[in-house]
Amino acid sequence: MKTGEIAAEDRKVALFNLGFAYSAFLIGTLCGLLQVFIRNDALKLPEWLDYYQILTAHGLLLAIVFTTFFIFAFFQAGMSRTLGAFGPKVRLWNWVGFAVTALGTILVVVMVVAGQASVLYTFYAPLQAHGLFYVGLALFVIGTWIQGFSLVGHYAVWRRNHKGELSPLFAFMAIATIILWVIACLGVVATVLFQFIPWAFGWTSGINVELSRSLFWYFGHPLVYFWLLPAYMAWYVIVPKIIGGKVFSDSLARLSFVLFILFSIPVGFHHQLTEPGISSFWKFLQTVLTFMVIIPSLITAFSMFATFEIRGRELGGRGLFGWIRKLPWRDVRFTSIFIAMAFFIPGGAGGIINASFQMNEVIHNTLWVVGHFHITVGTPVAMTFFGLTFWLIPNLTGRRFTKSLQKLAFLQIATWSIGMLLMSTAQHLLGLLGAPRRTAYTGYAHDDALAWFDGLLTNHVTMAVGGSILFLSAVLLVFIVIQLWWLAPKADEQTYEAFPIAESDSSMTPRFLENWKIWIGIAFLLIALAYTIPLAEIIQHAPPGSGRFQTW
Amino acid sequence: MKKSGPSQPNLKGTLISVMAVGVVIVVMWVCIYLLYIVRM
Amino acid sequence: MHLHKYEKIWLGFGVIALIIFLSVVGVSAFAQGHAPSSGHMTIDPEKVRETAPFDQPGLHKKEDGTYEVAMIALTFGYEPSKLQVPAGKEITFTLTSEDVVHSFSIIGTNVNMMAVPGQINHRTHTFKEPGSYLVICNEYCGSGHHFMSTEIEVVEQ
Repeated sequence: MKTGEIAAEDRKVALFNLGFAYSAFLIGTLCGLLQVFIRNDALKLPEWLDYYQILTAHGLLLAIVFTTFFIFAFFQAGMSRTLGAFGPKVRLWNWVGFAVTALGTILVVVMVVAGQASVLYTFYAPLQAHGLFYVGLALFVIGTWIQGFSLVGHYAVWRRNHKGELSPLFAFMAIATIILWVIACLGVVATVLFQFIPWAFGWTSGINVELSRSLFWYFGHPLVYFWLLPAYMAWYVIVPKIIGGKVFSDSLARLSFVLFILFSIPVGFHHQLTEPGISSFWKFLQTVLTFMVIIPSLITAFSMFATFEIRGRELGGRGLFGWIRKLPWRDVRFTSIFIAMAFFIPGGAGGIINASFQMNEVIHNTLWVVGHFHITVGTPVAMTFFGLTFWLIPNLTGRRFTKSLQKLAFLQIATWSIGMLLMSTAQHLLGLLGAPRRTAYTGYAHDDALAWFDGLLTNHVTMAVGGSILFLSAVLLVFIVIQLWWLAPKADEQTYEAFPIAESDSSMTPRFLENWKIWIGIAFLLIALAYTIPLAEIIQHAPPGSGRFQTW
Repeated sequence: MKKSGPSQPNLKGTLISVMAVGVVIVVMWVCIYLLYIVRM
Repeated sequence: MHLHKYEKIWLGFGVIALIIFLSVVGVSAFAQGHAPSSGHMTIDPEKVRETAPFDQPGLHKKEDGTYEVAMIALTFGYEPSKLQVPAGKEITFTLTSEDVVHSFSIIGTNVNMMAVPGQINHRTHTFKEPGSYLVICNEYCGSGHHFMSTEIEVVEQ
């Protein structure tokens, strides 16, 4: 049996992260299933459980816990694979970081289950959860920082030993993502440590609500890029190898990640376009910066199609689109991620609409937004992660991704796609009709609201049908994960699932792309430009602070 | 950047594909913009 | 860094499209006055009902012939709870919250404003058609969030 690709000790920490991720995934998707039924008045929860508790759990467990634990598993495995086995210190700190992240998560979940924190994953003040909820959030972030910095340490050792060389593309991208994450978290750490915790424990009496919202969204938008970039890593580095090709352009791949560091942070106001306290000038400036962050995604779109076309032509595809037929559609590791990419086309287009200043009023806080993030993080990111899971777990456990499991995997991605298509289309359209997000059964006695329950696609029932299919798909995925982890037959030399890393020709890549000091410096300049004055205004013109409210 | 016509890979299909993506973006955006105008 | 000819075309197209989008919304917002709701005045969230204009919630006619609606959002409703406004007249909604964050969103219009405690939000709207308009809160505010709604009666004058 050959499992020597990644050091055994490193595999273990990645597997623990994966295990945590998929536990959160199962509970989180179950919460989602309950939600779509409650919204249809088709289900009554027992007394001790509340819709908004479930909604908080669904958001936190899927958008935060599943993604983050999965991402670190992927990074740990990939960094060990591309830069070599971790040293003892790096390994130790990865474990410490994992433990702190897990502890924070458990604290948060306990508070939510206890009914002390039905504040949703945005935890907007002055809704006040139990102080330990915020302590849990802080621990979660600190844990990810420890894991992140230990991977940076691993990378630093590699660079010291390879002076003048560009790092492997995977490592470069992982480091870029970690830099993005650390800078992004500064906002949420500031508001949690200096605003929420003192206020929730009663050491201060009031909270500056608008400041806390602005700091949250300083974090909240790059957060979505923290989810997306690991998916892009899979698209750039993993997928070309799976289809037998190469990275289309090493320099453009690196450039796009640099652009994400620069432009994904100073844009948080586009989540606050309809609120007071921020002048239209600053909102519009951040709208312009938001549009800058679209460009690296345009670069990525081209790179993906080019990778596919070049490979398809190598395999004998002719004419304009003959190359499409030559792609390995029978390989679920590829097909899953291809579908994930396809979902990102309307997902990204919707994102441009959301950020388009006053057009935000059409969709803000409607079901459209829910539809939007289910076809961004919920499919492009999540299904890319599924596609990675199919080989990553067997790679780490030394088992086989058997033919029958591959068939199940096809069923899984098919059901996820159909469920998501139904649910998110219904959500987008209902949102345009004004149906709000984040509500339990929406039985408003008005004709406009009754229209949210008839129609073919514009119907809460369609949404529930989609949601049910999605939950079945989720259960199927967890079944596959369990098989790949403990039950599938052991692999041998021939059947071993490799960790695919595509060849990337970096001979023409400018060296300055890996000069992080430049990019971090410019990132902070842009952040200072976009945020200093409006935040100073919010602080200077602060109204008397808001008290503590528990309205659930 | 030197001219390297023949060494460039044939990416006609890619160009058409990304342009289709561009059309999706523009059409969706225009639809919502019109909705905004109608509701003004 | 080497760019394929088609990639230059694609990025050129993309960047121009983005510039057009920004110009359209920018001109509409700043030259024609269609910016999203905003406001720069603050208020003591515990003294909302003692502070003008929220000491008299409801519709007021201003000297220039336009109208202002002073609106308080609270868990789980609005003050005033019933509202009648004229069709075809410019109405400025002036909004705040006396407890947590809410929204004031009129279905079928572009009025979709956040109510943030301590801050005052403004949005101007002219109802073209008379009729009954549903107003809902679309920002989570607690256990009764989904009951938080009201109606605006728009009448011909």
